[in-house]
Amino acid sequence: MSLSAQLPALQVVVPLASAPLVTLLRVANLPWLVALAASATAFAISIALTGQVLPGTTITYDLGGWPAPYGIVFVIDQLSCVMMLIVTGASTAALAFGKMSLDLQIGTVRAPYFYAAWLLALAGLVGISITGDAFNIFVFMEISSLASYVLIGSGPDRRALTATFKYLTLGTIGATFYLIGVGLIYMMTGTLNLADMASRVGDVSDLRPVLAAAGFVTIGLALKAAIFPLHVWMPNAYTFAPHIVSVFLAACATKVSLYVLIRFDSAVFAPNLAGHDIRFSGFLTVVSILAVLIGSTVAVFENNLKRLLGYSSVAQIGYILLGVSFLSLTGMTAGVVHLFNHALIKAALFMAVACIAYRLGTVRLNEVAGCGKIMPWTMAAFVAAGLSLIGVPGTAGFVSKWYLLQAALDHGPVGYAIAAVILVSSVLAVIYVWKVIEWAYFREFTETSREAGEAPVTMLIFTWAMVLANFYFGIFTELPLGLAESSAKILLGAGL
Amino acid sequence: MIETLGLYNYWVFSLLLVIGLFAIVGKKNLIKKLIGLSIFQAAVFLLYISMDKVTGGTAPILLADADTRVFSNPLPQVLILTAIVVGISTTALGLALVVRIREEYGSIENDVIRTMDPDT
Repeated sequence: MSLSAQLPALQVVVPLASAPLVTLLRVANLPWLVALAASATAFAISIALTGQVLPGTTITYDLGGWPAPYGIVFVIDQLSCVMMLIVTGASTAALAFGKMSLDLQIGTVRAPYFYAAWLLALAGLVGISITGDAFNIFVFMEISSLASYVLIGSGPDRRALTATFKYLTLGTIGATFYLIGVGLIYMMTGTLNLADMASRVGDVSDLRPVLAAAGFVTIGLALKAAIFPLHVWMPNAYTFAPHIVSVFLAACATKVSLYVLIRFDSAVFAPNLAGHDIRFSGFLTVVSILAVLIGSTVAVFENNLKRLLGYSSVAQIGYILLGVSFLSLTGMTAGVVHLFNHALIKAALFMAVACIAYRLGTVRLNEVAGCGKIMPWTMAAFVAAGLSLIGVPGTAGFVSKWYLLQAALDHGPVGYAIAAVILVSSVLAVIYVWKVIEWAYFREFTETSREAGEAPVTMLIFTWAMVLANFYFGIFTELPLGLAESSAKILLGAGL
Repeated sequence: MIETLGLYNYWVFSLLLVIGLFAIVGKKNLIKKLIGLSIFQAAVFLLYISMDKVTGGTAPILLADADTRVFSNPLPQVLILTAIVVGISTTALGLALVVRIREEYGSIENDVIRTMDPDT
């Protein structure tokens, strides 16, 4: 077999195998360099795989040569590609961007272990995106979760530890719930392969264990994906994590769980359980509307920049779910495209915040007052990414909002109310982005902000590259929209 | 009635699950929370081990008279071996975190920590 046929396995193996190697490197800068190289390789592989899948083919890869229902199989379709690109792209961008910030917050002694944990998290997240085996998803989920507990816990503030402890308990409950659900389905069908499960669950779908399994899987993954009201671990975990870890995890960690939720539901439950679609969208529409409104409102009153963005993420996850819960082609497309666009938006915003924190050492609004005047490029990047968050035309955020509104308006009177909710939440986004602008540009300097200077050029370059990506994908929308539309068809084709 | 009692493995599973969950939510002491987490995970091990039992089944070892023997399903056992490893790693990481929390705060009681850092 040629090397290109092994790409699906290499996607996971490269970061996984580099992790133990990195722990052995004791020369300064080398762990970072190897981690960056491994991450960039994974990114290159996912681009290559996307190129293969884009015409509409699906790649299946039997691990160890064991055929599908017995062995573990990797299945790569357009939706997996969206996730792979988000995960490997966010990891590579964050590593390339964050060298100086990480040197400051992690130091050289802890660096080998930190980067090893980073690569393990990357391997786990990529693995979840491409595996077609329910139990394998659990294993990858725990690899990535355990690694991200280490990443978040290595934050310099002691509150990082308590935030991690909370994340660890709730994350484990979520993963264990998922495991119970998978176990119940295995009891009924005798298979762990998602595709095989989908064809067998139909025979037993009137039995109660399958319904219980649907409940356990949904709640477990909702907990991992920080879906309102199960988001309590998330804002603090993002706030006290090292800034660069926030860039990486905010862009992709919760979205991967969200992806599993959508994939599992549309493949296994939706085609087989009677009346499932009504219950699914009835439940998720309400939850996501609450998420959108409450997440945005809390963000308006928040004074810590990173926690403000954390609560904004709660609202944005609500948008993704809202699109999915319409169960229409436009809605599903909106959801998937927002998975992609929100990763761009939040990565750019957290990068700008990391620049501010690098110079000022704090992310509290009253302590960074006036920073717009001393860090004009950084704040300009924040404002530009903020426009994308709000959904101003010409930005990536607008594309997802546009599709979301269209999907809502297709739904008659209820849809008009939902469209109103989206608009109200956008106004709230204007308010909290404006609040940051006001503190940054129209308030007097504090003692810390007076002495600081503009962020280092290397950090600025990557921040602006991410901001420009927001505008690029706001204007040239073929790639994300094309992938999202075919993903939506895959999800609904199996689903309706 | 007899049939319901016959499924006592699953009753124990549910009971352990709820006990564990209660400890995680209800206890203030971080170590007790972790013990709850372990009980919670152990409950799931029991669920998987119970489902693979075949009445009269023996260990799935390939012997000469394999055709006439009845075996228990080995797959859930292998799966749960993986889950046990995950559980141990989680507990170990959790305990390491508690050690670090004790170093920083001088306490492992959640309400004491809350008074020291109100926004956690």
